[in-house]
Amino acid sequence: MDASPPPHAAWYRTESRGDTFRLIVGGQWVRSEARRLDPNLYTLDAGQHSAAEFDCGAIERLDTVGAWLLLRTKRSLEHRGVTVQPVHVDPKYKALVHTIDHECRAPPVPQPPKPTLTRRLDRIGRGFVHALHQGYELVGFFGLIVFETAATVLQPRRLRIAALVRQMEETGLNATPIVGLLSLLIGVVVAYQGSDQLRRFGADVFTVNLLGVGVLRELGGLMAAIIVAGRSGSAFAAQIGTMKLSEEIDAIQVTGFNVVEVLILPRLLGLMLTLPLLTFYSNIMGLIGGAATCYLDLGITIPAFLHQLRDAVSGWTFWIGMIKAPVFAFIIGLVGCHQGFGSDRNASSVGRHTTQAVVESIFLVIAADAMFSIIFSKLGI
Amino acid sequence: MSAMPEQDVAISIQGLVSRIGGHTLHDHIDLDIFRGEILAVVGSSGSGKSVLLRSIIGLQEPSAGRIEVLGQDLNNLSGDALVHVLVRCGVLFQDGALFGDQTVAQNVQTPMREHTDLPQKLMDEIASVRLSMVGLPPDAASKYPAELSGGMRKRAGLARALALDPELLFLDEPTAGLDPISASEFDLLVRELQQSLRLTVFMVTHDLGTLRATSDRIAVLVDQKIKVGTITSLAQDPHPWIHEYFTGMRATAQL
Repeated sequence: MDASPPPHAAWYRTESRGDTFRLIVGGQWVRSEARRLDPNLYTLDAGQHSAAEFDCGAIERLDTVGAWLLLRTKRSLEHRGVTVQPVHVDPKYKALVHTIDHECRAPPVPQPPKPTLTRRLDRIGRGFVHALHQGYELVGFFGLIVFETAATVLQPRRLRIAALVRQMEETGLNATPIVGLLSLLIGVVVAYQGSDQLRRFGADVFTVNLLGVGVLRELGGLMAAIIVAGRSGSAFAAQIGTMKLSEEIDAIQVTGFNVVEVLILPRLLGLMLTLPLLTFYSNIMGLIGGAATCYLDLGITIPAFLHQLRDAVSGWTFWIGMIKAPVFAFIIGLVGCHQGFGSDRNASSVGRHTTQAVVESIFLVIAADAMFSIIFSKLGI
Repeated sequence: MSAMPEQDVAISIQGLVSRIGGHTLHDHIDLDIFRGEILAVVGSSGSGKSVLLRSIIGLQEPSAGRIEVLGQDLNNLSGDALVHVLVRCGVLFQDGALFGDQTVAQNVQTPMREHTDLPQKLMDEIASVRLSMVGLPPDAASKYPAELSGGMRKRAGLARALALDPELLFLDEPTAGLDPISASEFDLLVRELQQSLRLTVFMVTHDLGTLRATSDRIAVLVDQKIKVGTITSLAQDPHPWIHEYFTGMRATAQL
């Protein structure tokens, strides 16, 4: 212990009186003192004595942490065969000491082990198995949706028109400002980069070809899909996850509704109807951005731009971009709803699944786009 | 502060007005909570019991009036001074409000880790002391909140509220959602801990059993005002709601 402890600090000293080992404690045995007292008390030893006395008469304040330190010391001495007798305990602390002594027989809580190489490998393995399991579940979910969609097609009255229209407004109409702005900027970027490169060959005018094919075939649809995945895929997962959290899904079920019909189909169909429209709009905005850049940077007038564009793109170029849109929409809706239903009933799980929905749907959209490219090139389109 | 009463005041509410969304919940309420007592607040649903609790712990700014907790007005405090008062308060929220991504033991240790410099081993020991004090079995420590029953979550929430040896303990409907046996166990636990840790308890409750088993005084929120008394004194009150509450079917059924 320090030679001159500050006033009211917790202190203890030991002495031998005959056969008895005495621990005299005093001051404020509270939480803020514990760090200093803890290590020494751990190693406190009664030597050869078989009896010990804890003199608590000088204690000014005692909280749970202080009381535990004393009790722990008492127990560890008793464990070594020393009989311990507390003396001069202020009656006002008796209840606290009794509560802790009486209730706490449990050994300390084991902490989760520190990460080691084996644990890291274990995590990687678990992650992989989890990903496989996710894929398996997604296929199951896909089957369920297809089944329910077919049932709805056979019985169109089951379709919830009001919910469908609301979803179309939310996922489609409300997304137009951001989709439009970003596509416009992408058009500008592609035109600038294209003209920079092509100018070296004196082929400036082919910037229009690059822009037309690039935007119509790939970029327009991809931009729209990625923005929608971020906006609506996450919203689906978060909405459904939160509904699960607050037992709304259970309530929907016991009210006699079909959950897929009420929650999933309006979202999925709404997205499949609006994403092609958004893709078309995104294409137009991309071309406008490109045309403006061509005019300002290369001096290609609008009629010249349109003339060149008509030569550059065929109907197929446009339709290839459009065909992909409903597929992307299906992927985004499916993944978003699946992640929402897959979340557990706590806040952090909803957040994790929402993130997962965005990451997974963007990944699958781009993977699907690559597949389309391969298929179309094999078909020679 | 007003003239010191003979008892030590832990929380003092003066002229509290709470208006939420154009709706007045409290209209110039005065209430003192003394050190070492258990004060229970009752009132019909929507009478502003929880708002009162939230106002005291600084989660809701009063529209007018002054609330002093341990001699400090939380609404005028910030930074370290605010934290200094808050660590002397423990709050048990209605469903425990345990952090879902932490085990029960980690939940109990979180306040200690943030506000103390205790070594990890000692924190582990203290956490298991707390958990056994609130009557949780040792294997609950490594479980996640989602794996616990409602009653266990409340006990774990109480262990976390007590983590820093608070002077004031706030309980928001501590027995709501518990079966009668668990509820009376919880009442006993609160009483026992209040005595051994010498806590001042402010609790919001609907449970007449809890009122009888634990409270020293009862504050009733009616018509935007507050009336304080004991069960026997309030049962004599002429106000129809208070009279019905303390002498009605449910009250007499439990006698």
